[in-house]
Formats: sequence, C-alpha cells, structure tokens
Amino acid sequence: MTRIMTIILGLLAATLLLSSVYTVSETEQAIITQFGKPVGGVIATPGLHVKLPVIQTVHRFEKRWLEFDGDANEIPTRDKKYIWADTYARWRIADTLRFYQAVRDERGGQSRLDDIVDGETRNAVASFDLIEIVRSSNRAFAITGELEGIGAAEATAKIFAGRDKIAQQILGRASKITPEFGVELVDVRFKRINYTESVQQAVFQRMIAERKRIAERSRSEGQGRAAEIRGQKERDVLAATSVGYKSAQELKGKADARATAIYARAYGRDPGFYEFFKSMETLQTALDKDATVILSTDSELLKYLKDPSGR
Amino acid sequence: MPREPWGQGPVIDVGGRGFRLPPVPRLPLGALRLGAIALAVLVLLLTTYYQVEPEEVGVIQRFGAYVRTSEPGPHLKLPFGIERVTKVPVQRQLKMEFGFRTVRPGVRSEFAQPPEALAESLMLTGDLNVGVVEWIVQFRIRDSKAFLFNVRNVPETFRYMSEAAVRQVVGDHSVDEVITIGRADIALAAKEELQRLCDLYGIGIEIQQLVLQDVNPPDPVRPAFNEVNQAIQEKERGINEAWADYNQAVPRAKGEAEQLVRAAEGYALERENRAKGDASRFESLYEEYRRAPEVTRRRMYLETMSDLVPRLGKKVIVDERARGVLPLLQLDGTVKEVKP
Repeated sequence: MTRIMTIILGLLAATLLLSSVYTVSETEQAIITQFGKPVGGVIATPGLHVKLPVIQTVHRFEKRWLEFDGDANEIPTRDKKYIWADTYARWRIADTLRFYQAVRDERGGQSRLDDIVDGETRNAVASFDLIEIVRSSNRAFAITGELEGIGAAEATAKIFAGRDKIAQQILGRASKITPEFGVELVDVRFKRINYTESVQQAVFQRMIAERKRIAERSRSEGQGRAAEIRGQKERDVLAATSVGYKSAQELKGKADARATAIYARAYGRDPGFYEFFKSMETLQTALDKDATVILSTDSELLKYLKDPSGR
Repeated sequence: MPREPWGQGPVIDVGGRGFRLPPVPRLPLGALRLGAIALAVLVLLLTTYYQVEPEEVGVIQRFGAYVRTSEPGPHLKLPFGIERVTKVPVQRQLKMEFGFRTVRPGVRSEFAQPPEALAESLMLTGDLNVGVVEWIVQFRIRDSKAFLFNVRNVPETFRYMSEAAVRQVVGDHSVDEVITIGRADIALAAKEELQRLCDLYGIGIEIQQLVLQDVNPPDPVRPAFNEVNQAIQEKERGINEAWADYNQAVPRAKGEAEQLVRAAEGYALERENRAKGDASRFESLYEEYRRAPEVTRRRMYLETMSDLVPRLGKKVIVDERARGVLPLLQLDGTVKEVKP
C-alpha cells in the first residue's frame, strides 16, 4: 500500500508543481485570480511564470491587435440615399483587468464594440452626403473627349470631409467610449459601401441613360464632323477650281495685252498699209468656192479686160 | 501488488468489495523499461530536431516567449514542448484574389465567382456609379516576428485592408477612369495605400504588386457601355469616310486647276509668239513696201486676186453699161441659198 501512497503523493506533488507554473505566449497577456478576485497586475512578459497552485487561476487574453468586422448596416445618408456601410476596426485589450471585469472575455468585447462602432457609423453616415463618404479628395477626374460634360452631377461636388475624415470621426467618438471596458480602438475604416438593392437598380438605370447620352452625342458628333469635312471638301474644291480659272484668265489677259501692244507697235507704223495687207490676207481665207463674186469690168483686176489701155 | 501469470489482473479493494481487473499479460520488467526508454528517446529526438525549408524561417518560442529565429537548414531545439517552432515562408510570394477565385491553376486556369467574391468586387466610384473590380495582391512576409505576434488572424485582416484600400482609391476615381484610362494609376495608388496600412498595422507584410484584373461595369449596365464603344467606332468611321471623300476630290480639283493654268500659259506663249511673228513679218514687208509703195500695193492686190479668184465658185463679170445681166442672175437658186 505504501507504494500506492507514494505514487499518489508523487502525482499530487507533480500536479501541484504543474499548477504553480504557467506559460504566457508572445501573443498573450494574463491575469491571475485568487478565488475569483484578481491579484497582482497584468502579466505581459512572455515566458514561464509561477503562481500559487490550485487557489490561483490564470486567465489569458490576446495581446495582439484584433480584428473587428462591423455588421453591414443599411443606413440613409444625409442626402437620403440608402447604402450598406460595412466597417472594420482594429482593437486590442489595453486594460486587461478592466476588460476582464467589464466584459469578461473577447466575445463580450466584440459585442460591446458592435454596439459602439455600428452606432457611431450610423451617426456619421447619416450626417454626411453620400459623395463625402465615397470620395476622399477633390481631385478632378481625368476625362476623354467622348465624356466631356457628361457624368454624374456629383462628380463636380465639393468634398469637405471625405471618406478618411468620416472614418476618423467614427474612430474618434468610438475610441472615447471603449476605454470604459479596457479596449483601445485605433482604426476604423470603411470596408464596403454599396447601394441597397432598390437604389442600385435606380443607379444602374441612370448609368444606362448616361451611357446612351454619351453614345448619342458621339454619333451626332461624328455626323457633324463628317458634314463639316464634306463642307470643307466643297470649299477646297471650289477654291482650287476658281483660283485656277483666275490665274488662267490673268495669264491670258496679260498675253493678249502684250500681243496687242506688239501688233500696235508694228502696224502703227502705217495703218493704211496694214489695212490693205490685212484685207488681202483676209480675202484669201474668207472666200471659197461657194462664194459668188460680181466683178465689174471697171475694177482694177478687170479693167484691161475691155480695154488694153485700161480706161 | 500480486500478479498472476496470464490469469487475472490485480485485485483492488474498493469500499470493501473486491473486484478483479482484466488480466494483463506479464512482461519482463527489463523489456518494459527498455521500451519506455526507447519511447522517451524517440520523443526526445522528434521534439529536438527540426528542419527549416529554404523559403522559410523558423521562429522559436521558449515557454511562449520569443527567443530566436533560425535560418533554413537542420536545427536543434529544447525538447518536450519547452521550445516550439513556427515556420514562416518569408521567401515565398503569396497571392490573394479579390472578386474571383482560381478554382484550378494551370496553363488555362479556371476561375469562378462565388457570391462572396462578387460582393468583394462591387464598389462605388467617385461619380457615384458602380463598377466591378477584380484584383490580386502579391505579397511577401517581410518580418516573420511581426507577422506572427502583432496581429491576430492576419489573412482576414489583410483582406479587410486590401478591400478598404482599393475601395478608397476607386471611390476617388470616376467610373470611366476605373474601367479604362485610370487603371494603372489606381493600382499604384491602392498598392501604396495598402502598404501604408501594412506599415501602420505592423503586420510584417511587404506588398509586391497589386494588379487590377477584370474591371467592368455591372452586368445590367454593360450593354450600354458597349454601345458607347460602338458609337465611338461609328463616329470614327464616319469621319474617316468623309476624309476619304475629301482626299479623293480636293487633290483632283487642284490638279484640274493646275491644268487650266498650264493651258493658259500655253495660250499666252502662243499668243505672244504669234504676235511677234506677225509683227516681224509685217515689218519686213513694210520695209520693202516703203521703197515702192504704189507698185507693191498693186502687185499684192493682183497676186491675191490671181490666187483667190480661181478658187471661187461663181464669177459674174458685169459691165457698167450692160445692165441686163442682173435679172438673169436672180434665177439661179444657189445664189439665193448662199446669200439670201
């Protein structure tokens, strides 16, 4: 029997020994309670630690940054647009003792965070226009020629706060409350913002209408431009033709003038002779076999026909 | 404790009523001890030796506390759970997909878009339109310690961060920028924002690339977007056709005008040369005529007549004193026809 006793005692001693040491991981922090009452401070140094066996209990908590995914809330913005706003946050257990006392464990903490962050998100979203929540700066959109002047009117709206500042506002307000239950909240961000189903349908319709307008304008611009080019064609054709005609006429006129001057200079020396000379030349070409001439015997040509003396 | 060979187990007295444990085969004590030692040695070896693969590092914790990081290769640590190793693939390029999931990677990968992926990709653009953006993030664990110890549930947190970053950037661009002209800028800005968040959160991750994949208008709107593209094509085509017309007509008109000018130049040359020729001929003739005007004039007249008269048709010679001829002439039809 003494042997059994030895074994039992040995086991007991081992249990006591084991229950008087505990480890804290790099990712953990712990508090010790004695009969349910917290004793000592927070054990944040990782490694092997000792405590009183049996009567003291270890409660471990996360030391790392923890994730928080807000519920997607259907919220009307200030300009009465219904959206789903989905936030996420980053938090950690900063005051472990208070956390333990106030919410007991992480699930309790998450649930308090739900209330606070979702509530503040609701407040913030409801007090801003949608465009403020979507955009984060006043940068001008780059546009291609096709899109000039068409686009949501909101595209030119002036942003006063912007997504980041609104998230900051939610964070600012929520993080004032969270220390009450030992939580440090460092970051709240919008993860998703989407239209609710009915609004989405309306937005799609608007997008379709907008695109149709762009398409229409593009088509009519094309037609207009084509007509303009055709007009330009008419103009350029007429310009070319008429300039050609003008140059040709000028050239001819000048040539005529020069020719006239040459003739005048030459023929001016004896107009009488020129008249005679030209008449002779003209007679040569002007009359042909169909012409009938009546020649008088008094004429120069025939005056010798009747009388050799020519009288 | 009394034992019976292969018969019954030891008798244990519990509350005065003895009962018998099932029979236990008797082993020689030496073999039992040997087995226990062998087992202990095996466990010792298994929990002491570890190997770190080339793309990993091993992070060692002793009783939970970080003690060292070991490089690739074979290593030893304290056994029996005193030291534990976590292997972190720091050299491996990791990838996360948003808005779609690769079902089976390969030469021709297969993709799917489960509902939760669709929810990731639907987002509001800065002009309050809706776009469907799919993207991937390629990253590397830069700081294994930070990766393990700073943030819990890194993959989930990282997904949130990535979605928030991309949505923030897309929210500051118009739908047209998102779909067409601004893609590269958006990817770059989102990458920078995501890296900023990673540094802020001390998550130990380095973003290598953020690449936008398919970026589309939502399905119900897509036909309208295609219509715009068609309209733009139509516009271009209309303009091109008009230019083609122009290019066909204008150079031709210019050529024809040029032809007119050239012809006029020809006319001018001809006119001038003829004038010069005529003048020269006349002047030469005149020089000679001046020496004997009367004779020359007469000669010219007679020469002309002798040349001309034989070529003429009817010749009527009239004597001033014989007037009776005239009525006869009137009977001739041909005369009437030529000179009515």
